[in-house]
Amino acid sequence: MDESAGMRAYTLAFLSSFLLWILLTGSLATEEIGAGLLVASVVSVVSGPHLAIFNGLRLHPLALISLLDYLFYFFFALLRANLDLARRVLAPSLPINPGIVELETTLESSLGRMLLANSITLTPGTLTVDLKDERLLVHWVAVPEGGDLSTATRQIVTGFEKRISGFLK
Amino acid sequence: MRLIADLFILTGALFVFLAALGLIRMPDVYNRIQAGTKAATLGVIAILIGVGILYPQWWAKLLCIAGFVLFTSPVGSSTIARAIYLSGVRPWKKAVRSEEAS
Repeated sequence: MDESAGMRAYTLAFLSSFLLWILLTGSLATEEIGAGLLVASVVSVVSGPHLAIFNGLRLHPLALISLLDYLFYFFFALLRANLDLARRVLAPSLPINPGIVELETTLESSLGRMLLANSITLTPGTLTVDLKDERLLVHWVAVPEGGDLSTATRQIVTGFEKRISGFLK
Repeated sequence: MRLIADLFILTGALFVFLAALGLIRMPDVYNRIQAGTKAATLGVIAILIGVGILYPQWWAKLLCIAGFVLFTSPVGSSTIARAIYLSGVRPWKKAVRSEEAS
């Protein structure tokens, strides 16, 4: 790891642990902030060199916009997933046609892939079963009958992939 | 305010109930995981929003809880699904049931 990447890992570890401290204590008193700074410094010094998960982050202002875009998209996907599931569970005929499909992602960082796998798990009718390099195994509640299967499976990932790639490699 | 909070908590409880119903109705382990994860995640978040409206001074901690639930619940279910897949369980097919019926 070169010098600048090391600094970046320390800074990000420090900022994220300090933010978590503030959220958990829920106060902006001087003593709390001071203790938080101390704890966050210790945490980032100890864990910084081992934190590989931040490597994929893109740090520029546009990344923030795509992060918000992703969060909105994700939230509505989660809502749709629940309504879809409620319909399937409540319908007396239990309209499901499960199967496992395989698909590939273009995301390179492990954090990006993890986020994609998590998103797939929480969106309509899909559950990530396995993640090996760039290949994802996905369990699908309703595999479409006939038609072009590979195009249909691409549609699971493209929406998320496009938005995640805005702020992660 | 009280009414909106109650509505959120009620909606959350409804989704958690649907998750439980899904666990009973779904035919195999993958579909059960799907039903459990999605509905329970949204249900918990709706309940947290309701609590956040009732007790606005807790918002920071509630945000933390929501974040952890959002991150860990899909990881947990994917891990269970992976273990089941590796141990050789394959997805349920409709055809199997019609064979049994005939």
